[in-house]
Amino acid sequence: MKFEGEHLLPGQIGHFFVILSFVAALIATVSFFKASLTTDLAQKQNWLKTARTAFYTQVAGVFVIFGCILYICSNHLFEYMYAYKHASLELEYKYLLSCIWEGQEGSFLLWTIWHGVLGILLIKKSKEWEAPVMTVISFAQFFLLMMILGIYFGNIKIGNSPFSLTRNEITAPIFARANYLSFIKDGLGLNVLLRNYWMVIHPPILFLGFASTLIPFAYAYAGIQTKRYGDWVKEALPYTLMCAAILGVGIMMGGKWAYESLNFGGYWAWDPVENASLVPWLLLIAGLHTMVIYKATGHSLRASYLFAFLTFIFILYSTFLTRTGVLGDTSVHAFTEAGENISFRLFGILFSFKAMNALILLYLFAFAIPSLFLLIKNYKKIPTIYKEENTNSREFWMYIGSLVFFLTSVFIIAKTSVPVYNKIFGTKIAPPEDIEFSYNKVIVLVAIILGFLTAITQYLKYKTTTAKYLVKEIWLPTVIAAAIMSLLVIFYPFTYYKQGAGFLGALYVAAFAVIYSFVSNAFYIWTVQKGKIMKAGSPVAHAGFMLMLVGILISSGNKKVISSSSVNGITLPSSGKDPMTKETDNPKENLTLLREVPASLDDYKVTFLKDSAGHEKGRKFYKLNFERKDKESGKTLEQFGLQPDVYQMKDNSMSSNPDTKSYLFRDIFTYVSYALNKNAESEDTAQFKEVKLSMGDTAFYSNGFLVLENVVNNPINAKYKREPGQVALMAELQITAKDDQRFNATPLVVVDSLGIINRDDTVFAQNLFVRFIGVDENKKIRLGLKESNTLIDYVTVKAYVFPLINLVWIGLVIMAAGLVLSMLQRGKFTKLQSGIILFLSVAFVFYMFLLANA
Amino acid sequence: MKKTHIILLFGIAALIVGLISFSADFSTYDSIGSAKEKQGKFVHIIAKLDKRQPVEYDAIKNPNYLTFYAVDSLGGQTKVVFHNSKPSDLEKSERLVMKGKMGADHFECSDILLKCPSKYKDDKKQLQDNVQEATSMK
Repeated sequence: MKFEGEHLLPGQIGHFFVILSFVAALIATVSFFKASLTTDLAQKQNWLKTARTAFYTQVAGVFVIFGCILYICSNHLFEYMYAYKHASLELEYKYLLSCIWEGQEGSFLLWTIWHGVLGILLIKKSKEWEAPVMTVISFAQFFLLMMILGIYFGNIKIGNSPFSLTRNEITAPIFARANYLSFIKDGLGLNVLLRNYWMVIHPPILFLGFASTLIPFAYAYAGIQTKRYGDWVKEALPYTLMCAAILGVGIMMGGKWAYESLNFGGYWAWDPVENASLVPWLLLIAGLHTMVIYKATGHSLRASYLFAFLTFIFILYSTFLTRTGVLGDTSVHAFTEAGENISFRLFGILFSFKAMNALILLYLFAFAIPSLFLLIKNYKKIPTIYKEENTNSREFWMYIGSLVFFLTSVFIIAKTSVPVYNKIFGTKIAPPEDIEFSYNKVIVLVAIILGFLTAITQYLKYKTTTAKYLVKEIWLPTVIAAAIMSLLVIFYPFTYYKQGAGFLGALYVAAFAVIYSFVSNAFYIWTVQKGKIMKAGSPVAHAGFMLMLVGILISSGNKKVISSSSVNGITLPSSGKDPMTKETDNPKENLTLLREVPASLDDYKVTFLKDSAGHEKGRKFYKLNFERKDKESGKTLEQFGLQPDVYQMKDNSMSSNPDTKSYLFRDIFTYVSYALNKNAESEDTAQFKEVKLSMGDTAFYSNGFLVLENVVNNPINAKYKREPGQVALMAELQITAKDDQRFNATPLVVVDSLGIINRDDTVFAQNLFVRFIGVDENKKIRLGLKESNTLIDYVTVKAYVFPLINLVWIGLVIMAAGLVLSMLQRGKFTKLQSGIILFLSVAFVFYMFLLANA
Repeated sequence: MKKTHIILLFGIAALIVGLISFSADFSTYDSIGSAKEKQGKFVHIIAKLDKRQPVEYDAIKNPNYLTFYAVDSLGGQTKVVFHNSKPSDLEKSERLVMKGKMGADHFECSDILLKCPSKYKDDKKQLQDNVQEATSMK
């Protein structure tokens, strides 16, 4: 049958290039590998030439594939499954890229693109290391392209093609018709949670981070392959630093996205998906330090190998965790299982898994097993120094720091993998009651150790340090840190009582440790490095990291919920008293705001003014007015509006986006926790009841009375703008409710050549509609009163104050700057290049984290 | 033995202590029936919303009070009280993962994770339903 209206060409082009790139990646892998084995120079050059051509072909192919997907999605070609699943007509253009990496195939492709770009960089820069390093990169490309291959081998489908057709993927009677496409009016579109500008930028940066972790891995492999066991470290170090900066920023972008668009009230929730990206970063930092130690002293080479391998292995393990559905019920934003089941029997045991999951596992094992095998096999050959490090040397304590990072990553991944144990052993272990605390209580100890380690180790010298030197340099930072800490304790004590005194104490110790380290590293730049900032990468990065931890401790230690249902009269039987604060410990954090009725939140009077539709279908903004008044004079000190919004979808599901008022020292964070879906409501059936009033007369309604105070001829106000040829009358009414609340209403009647227009006014708080009907023969004013019998308008919100959250973002920017500085110092860059790279990267991160949403 | 080895051993010991302390916090996935046998203990229940029974939530009266009934695949049934706002797609959900403690007459829920069909774009059956629905309306 010939189907009408299909555009099959872009898919065919795309599919052709998928196969071409896949084959090219295979050829590149084999050729680079051959080149790395041969010692004959002419032969080596030949293999390299083939390999490079194949690699370039593969990269070009990947860009064409990406172009085809972009074309299909932007032209809404719903005959393609990918467009049908991820694009939709109403989707704004800026989210086009997000909808491409929403799907498995698109995000694998993004990863492939970055490997390609980094591969070209390495071909140009890695010189004699090219063959072994590029063997690894090409091998990774081979696996990634396999994921989007979508070809059948026998009964087994290898990978999911982004170019498969909707009619082949879904069975429905509609596809029996030649004109089926005219019935598919729209695609499913991008998940509403992902409609946020962070989702345009966060995935590319994160995947660039993922992709660049392959470089230290590749160099470590090259070290073993070439038997130049130690030389790779110097080469790999600048890339490792770059990777640490990019991956770190990418992870925190995910946190900032969560903070701005998920309503769990924070930027980090120890969600398995977050953990899965944090663990490789921790391992990378461990490896970074052991590599620096090796370069300076010759110690820790074996550990450097291990960490370089583990970093990428855990990137693959995270991919396995987040993309195979194994996390199941424990994560909010993991991918789900895709593809058909493969079942086979081995030794009488039935193995059954999804085709896609099998590929991801294969990718993981193809990198984990050979690399660890090579490491174990060559372990004895890797040079090491048998003389022990001195305890007063820098390398000793740096090594301890690396171990702390390593053990922390093991702790986090061991906990995150619980669903994997459940799957393998059939156990039913569920997460603990308070997941965040189960991590925080350990991580706070890690912060304490790291704080003290980085504060003091910076002042130690390699090999050996005299106590006199250390004391001379470090006494001043110590005193200053202690002073800052006392100020914090006195003027801004932590209010995190809910986990008891022990944890509160640990928070204080951690706060001191990280402040100490921040001050000590900042001092180091001036006292030891004499302010030469371009050489101060390490203390800048450490100071930034510590400042970030200060921000994390303070903003979560003093985070406060300011919305409480008790403020507007609804109190519940309390569920218990907190032993420390003597306050009820379940503050019932949702507050319902009736339209136009102010309620107090902390120091603010908050009023829900109105809701309005956004540009996108189903998006609605709730306009909240915040007002802070001086307690004595009653003068308004400050006033601002916040507009949290929700997406209400056709199927009645809802997603809520917070809105934040950012101050330098704190954020006020609010989101809609419950809103009415107006479409679902019944029609208003109440009728207007007419009353006739003279000036000063009173009329009653069920909940109070109203007085006609004045009638204004042709009024000038915000509600009404007079046009030529119109005559308008406005009634000024004062309404007093039974509970003595007072409201004003100003209904209008406008007369022009076309007739009479009533502009009704609504007192939402009283559910009362008033209409100016006209004037009767006795000059009495005819007013219509209607008391609505539908629900009154309201919205339920939750609000938090995050103090000093900007420290988290500023700390991150400084840390990234420090890592970039170190990279520039250790790489081969001219002054001009260094300046440009430093400026651009810092400006970008600063803009994204501190200005983009202000 | 090197000092770093000693410290490494200490670190590993600390890690094991950390993980064991964590295992003490572990809870379990339970059915409604087995949760009723351990009243007052924190559990995870995987169940479904009972659509024959009313869902009560009135944000004006109390935005922090939601009650509904849940049933599980083993036929257990319980009333659930959730002191928080109503998750917006509760009625649409296919499956609920509820955390909390079973009381004498109801399940006191502290958190609900919803599994909604609309979020499963990769689920083939759901996609088929979507296509059916979208094309049959015309």
